[in-house]
Amino acid sequence: MSKRIEITDLNVYYGSFRAVEDVTMTIAPKSVTAFIGPSGCGKSTFLRTLNRMHEVIPGARVEGEVLLDGENLYGPGVDPVRVRRQVGMVFQRPNPFPTMSIKENVLAGINLNNRRMPSSAKDELAEHALRGANLWEEVKNRMNLPGSGLSGGQQQRLCIARAIAMEPEVLLMDEPCSALDPISTLAIEDLMNELKEKYTIVIVTHNMQQAARVSDVTAFFNIAGTGAPGRLIESGPTDKIFSAPDVKATEDYISGRFG
Amino acid sequence: MTTISQALAPGQLTSGRLPRATIPVFLVAASLLGFALAVLFAGGNLALAALLAYLLYLIAIEVAARIVEGSRQAADRRASNLIVGAFALALIPLGSVTWSAISKGMARFDVDYFTMSMRNVVGPGGGALHAITGTLFVTGAAAAISVPIGLLAAIYLAEYGAGKRLAKAITFFVDVMTGVPSIVAGLFAYALMTLIIGPNNGFGLSGSVALSVLMIPVVVRSSEELLRLVPNELREASYALGVPKWLTITRVVLPTAVSGIISGVILAIARVIGETAPLLVAAGFTASMNNNLFANPMMTLPVYVYDSYQHPGVDVQVYLDRAWAGALTLILIVMLLNLIGRLIARRFAPKTGH
Ligand SMILES: Nc1ncnc2c1ncn2[C@@H]1O[C@H](COP(=O)(O)OP(=O)(O)OP(=O)(O)O)[C@@H](O)[C@H]1O
Ligand SMILES: [Mg+2]
Repeated sequence: MSKRIEITDLNVYYGSFRAVEDVTMTIAPKSVTAFIGPSGCGKSTFLRTLNRMHEVIPGARVEGEVLLDGENLYGPGVDPVRVRRQVGMVFQRPNPFPTMSIKENVLAGINLNNRRMPSSAKDELAEHALRGANLWEEVKNRMNLPGSGLSGGQQQRLCIARAIAMEPEVLLMDEPCSALDPISTLAIEDLMNELKEKYTIVIVTHNMQQAARVSDVTAFFNIAGTGAPGRLIESGPTDKIFSAPDVKATEDYISGRFG
Repeated sequence: MTTISQALAPGQLTSGRLPRATIPVFLVAASLLGFALAVLFAGGNLALAALLAYLLYLIAIEVAARIVEGSRQAADRRASNLIVGAFALALIPLGSVTWSAISKGMARFDVDYFTMSMRNVVGPGGGALHAITGTLFVTGAAAAISVPIGLLAAIYLAEYGAGKRLAKAITFFVDVMTGVPSIVAGLFAYALMTLIIGPNNGFGLSGSVALSVLMIPVVVRSSEELLRLVPNELREASYALGVPKWLTITRVVLPTAVSGIISGVILAIARVIGETAPLLVAAGFTASMNNNLFANPMMTLPVYVYDSYQHPGVDVQVYLDRAWAGALTLILIVMLLNLIGRLIARRFAPKTGH
């Protein structure tokens, strides 16, 4: 089920601006990998290249290789739609569909792709996904009300539920907990622990404790200055990165010292 | 400590306020004075009286507010009063048109008018049924042509066209089309139909084509704007679920924008339903019912109004009454369309709240 991602010499551009430079790393299956680094260093940009969401932005392009279990995502003839069905994504800002009810939002991946499924199975799937995102108890009595009527944190959990309802091989999460309270954050972290039994999980986070708690591997990104591209400074087992990193900048960032 | 106690000192947060009664009192006084001045110096000209009253009221409020409330509140009152004045000015022609149409149109707003055509009618009597059905047919067909073309063009421009030459060319020509005089659209349709089927006296579909030429650019422009208003985040959310682009457009983007698009279409219909010149040329003129879009001239309400007014018979008033009733009917049809549009738009509007 779960898949390994190997990234080689990846450069990511917005038009002529190089946002991410020369990233080479491997993301292990059945594990949680955390991306950390200062704001604007290209974590979101890099994350979006892992399911070909980057190219949705006009003028954006990618150089290099991303292998998903040996298959190059950027090879000729690769259909981005098929890639995205295997590599799901939760965005930095919650984006539920405003025309859909809570239930329709959770099942959006099924419905929009016209996938047939008996309605009892749909109900079960919706409940399972909402429980996974720790939202079920709050919305079970208003499944048919609009998803945009939820609070910001609830909307974010709705988006997480929507992504896991698709049962992707890989789940990319861009600061999934930045709008959540500690209880929901813990629930999402528990969910990640549970999901990594089956899936590959990549999260971006600004919360060092969270990275330390949930991730098996941590990758630190940094930029030399404004206008300079973001680079992967180092990556390795989370224990090691947090206790004895190879690079001084990593230690400074993690311990809150800069400059 | 001193700053805090100063901030909390009584009177820091309050300021003078004009008493509630000021506004009605000033209004009445200004009206009386304005009217008196107009009677004295201009023989009781009502428009002048209203203008004078408004100016007097503006000055009085300005002075009173400056004295009692201070300059910021005075500026606020001045701006609100100017806005209300502009609004009232804009309403005058609207109210006047509505009033004329209703008062003069009621004379013939009867059963005969909606059940008879003008076939074999010379003097009084007769009706506009042939023109009403004609208008519905011609405009309906025009909408049936324009909405798909306009909407598809808008989807191309908003979803596929970014930065492409073709998209820029289409945008340019759509803008040019917006400015085409309606008579040119009529001549175009007439010439086109003459090329296709040979000489003719006009027929319904020819009129529809003429109206489409006027309608398509409006539909393209308004739909494109609305599609662009749909946040990109929704498209990305859909793509990230592995939904292909065309399904994203039809199932996510269009439903989110549909209520606005419907309003735009209704506005476009309202824009062309009163066109006279192109229909006179392209759809022709007749006194009889014609429910066939593809042959023989078809009467429409604007042409009917124009003809009754321009070519009255012996008893002129009879024709004028019919013309006004036609105008009233046209206004009512547009109002009904707007109402239906609103209902549909509300039905589809993105759901918010609880
Ligand atoms: N759509 C875009 N067009 C052009 N440049 C962009 C775009 N999105 C991001 N960038 C630039 O790319 C760089 C990396 O941005 P990115 O969003 O990946 O940062 P990030 O590490 O996710 O930051 P944060 O932690 O604040 O989310 C920034 O310099 C940003 O200005
Ligand atoms: Mg980011």
